[in-house]
Amino acid sequence: MSTVHVPSTIKITVQRYRPELDDKPWQQAFEVPYHFDLSVLESLNYIKDNLDSSLSFRWSCRMAICGSCGFMINGVPKLGCKTFLRDYLEQGHITIAALDNFPIEKDLVADISGFVEKLETVKPYLIRKQEKPLSEGEYLQTPAEVARYKQFSQCINCGLCYAACPQFGRNPEFLGPAALALAYRYNKDSRDQGSSERMPFLNSEQGVWSCTFVGYCSEVCPKHVDPAAAINQGKLDSTLDYGLNLIGMAGGK
Amino acid sequence: MQTIKTDVLIIGAGGGGLRAAIAAAEANPSITIAQVSKVYPMRSHTVAAEGGAAGVIQDHDDVQYHFDDTVSGGDWLCDQDVVDYFVRHATEENMRLEHWGCPWSRKPDGRVNVRAFGGMKIERTWFAADKTGFHILHTLFQTSLKFPQITRYNEYFCTNLLVKDGVVQGVLAIDIANGTFVTFLAKSVIIATGGAGRVYRFNTNGGIVTGDGMAMAYRAGVPLRDMEFVQYHPTGLPGTGILMTEGCRGEGGILTNTDGYRYLQDYALGPETPIGEPKNKYMELGPRDRLSQAFWHEEKKGRVINTDRGTAVNLDLRHLGEAKINERLPFIRELAKSYVGVDPVYAPIPVRPTVHYTMGGIQTNIRAETPMTGLYAVGECASSGLHGANRLGSNSLAELGVFGRVAGEQAALHAKQADMPQMEDVQDQVNEQKARWLALRSAKGTENPAHIRKELADVMEAGVGIYRLSSELDSTKEKLASLQERYRNIGLNDGTNVFNTEWLYAIELGFLLDVGEAMVHSASGRTESRGSHQRLDGFETRNDVDFLKHTLAYWQPGSAPKTAYQDVVITTSQPATRAYGDAANKKGS
Repeated sequence: MSTVHVPSTIKITVQRYRPELDDKPWQQAFEVPYHFDLSVLESLNYIKDNLDSSLSFRWSCRMAICGSCGFMINGVPKLGCKTFLRDYLEQGHITIAALDNFPIEKDLVADISGFVEKLETVKPYLIRKQEKPLSEGEYLQTPAEVARYKQFSQCINCGLCYAACPQFGRNPEFLGPAALALAYRYNKDSRDQGSSERMPFLNSEQGVWSCTFVGYCSEVCPKHVDPAAAINQGKLDSTLDYGLNLIGMAGGK
Repeated sequence: MQTIKTDVLIIGAGGGGLRAAIAAAEANPSITIAQVSKVYPMRSHTVAAEGGAAGVIQDHDDVQYHFDDTVSGGDWLCDQDVVDYFVRHATEENMRLEHWGCPWSRKPDGRVNVRAFGGMKIERTWFAADKTGFHILHTLFQTSLKFPQITRYNEYFCTNLLVKDGVVQGVLAIDIANGTFVTFLAKSVIIATGGAGRVYRFNTNGGIVTGDGMAMAYRAGVPLRDMEFVQYHPTGLPGTGILMTEGCRGEGGILTNTDGYRYLQDYALGPETPIGEPKNKYMELGPRDRLSQAFWHEEKKGRVINTDRGTAVNLDLRHLGEAKINERLPFIRELAKSYVGVDPVYAPIPVRPTVHYTMGGIQTNIRAETPMTGLYAVGECASSGLHGANRLGSNSLAELGVFGRVAGEQAALHAKQADMPQMEDVQDQVNEQKARWLALRSAKGTENPAHIRKELADVMEAGVGIYRLSSELDSTKEKLASLQERYRNIGLNDGTNVFNTEWLYAIELGFLLDVGEAMVHSASGRTESRGSHQRLDGFETRNDVDFLKHTLAYWQPGSAPKTAYQDVVITTSQPATRAYGDAANKKGS
């Protein structure tokens, strides 16, 4: 790090696309004052406030928990708020674009409505045959039982895994890493009794079997959810369910 | 222009808004509910809450203790009927979240675990590691998907309440994806838009937390109450303001100054407690207002640490050990490493006070009703009377459950007997407001709105901070008046329809300016010191004779707000000396 020259400004290239004005995306370069803590998100805010106020992008929490600011940064899906310019000094350039594999609404804003609809379709809530009254207290769950699904409950719905997924790129109908990991999260929750209700879509053409286990989704996940592991564990469950169905025993947990 | 009719409309899809939507759907499954939010639900700022949600659950705890902690924590400015209702229902709402799948942290026997929090006599803060808000938000969003009555309008930006003869009729909104206006007609409207921390320069809040709902209600004639009470959280990261949860101290973390000294013992919070043995309501487990004030004094004494990112004190977690930090505070470790380059397993985290929460907001009562018929508010945007002059940590997440449910049920009940508003009754307002916003989009003035936004944030920090002086309040008032004037002369450059965030930011800036004015004028009128509102100009003590009252700020078009006062509801707890540490025992409470 000490061998890298620390500049006073840094050049940032941003993908622009304004559907009312542009036929196709184009690139715009900006010079932004550099400091050690400068994140990609802060640099975009600097550009918007000082250089070109028409640039649009989503952001909010700036602490890697709201999932708004996923971008392609030098071709890699990352959160803008947790990516720092200091890590690009050696490369000497940085290019920011909207997430791959989604339609672009404007500039860096990807149309994620289809992705959110997928999350909504996997029945991502506890399903009980019978609800226990609140007065009887909590469903007991040991720390070990929590640990079985906890990792898969950490997804912030940022969409980076969809931008990384070659299968989703080819087939937008594929449920994709985050939605499948979310279904798996509930299937693995000891309080849930709904895995058989989730099995039809997990087993479907657009479910776990579409995944070719490239594993790039897990590599780019900023929360270490490891959707690839969830999907492949889901394949095992799916196979078991298929086998149980053959002998008429599926439907339980 | 599109018109959408719905029985219940909810502005916002954070914890309060989602809980209200589910409650409304459960209360009356035959109604329609529109959940209208400027961001996708999971982006809502509830997501960033870390430490936990209060609710009495241990055998040796009692709702009376929770009541007493909350009322004294709020320096007796709480409405005690509201506090009483809250403490009696917080646990069942936390339990409901458990039944809906919230991954609460557990004890070895499988029961829900609780942690200590500031100002709480007994441990009663339910937590999901240090991402409690994230898990509550996702649990509520995902559970809300079970209800087909709820229609989500994601990325619709609400600009105005529509009102006829003092009765709410609906909302005017912009569909962000294409820049077109939509009129929502609704029998009941619930505002659940969160706080206004972005009025200030250094804050824990996301960029979306711009006081939208507060400003919309305020402009429609509903008073904003207790807006002078702005909470500085004592432990934010210098530079960014990113939150380091109070759970750090609940788990045993300590605060030290530049001499390595646990300075809180000098501020009526001691005596010093042994490291690794946190004691409720002592030292680091004092309330937020007192801890932030202590930092202010340490800074004046020159006993804070100068870092590249500004002055700070040390939040030291090292004695907790790596295993406990990973189990209880994994997000804190991740954030500290990423944003200040510190691994708390090996080094203390630099922290300083940063604006966190608005105790004040839209005036509501125990039924989440505002003074306007059909209009409800819940969560940080509301002033329910729960938090008084200083909120206790973990009461606000619990509030989302308790009063989110109340708001949803009340809105459903009202919708059952109210008539559907008619477009002809609001057509003139819609036309007028739409023209006004479109004119703003193509405004060709000379002022850069981003500069106004920064100046607002700086002047609020300077004038309406941890300690206040009439001279500084006056200069802040003048500055805000001039910023309002400059706002009328802003220039925008985009002009396009699709996802025009320059335009939305400009609308938000108008909201911020109005909310900031309500804050400074309310602060100016309160010539006493109470909770988070501390003065240094001859009004250093609490004055119950004149100010055991809520401030009400009323919007005045084109000029400063008017203020009035409303009595606080006292039921069982008469105002007494507010004390922590050994001082609390000396007074016999």
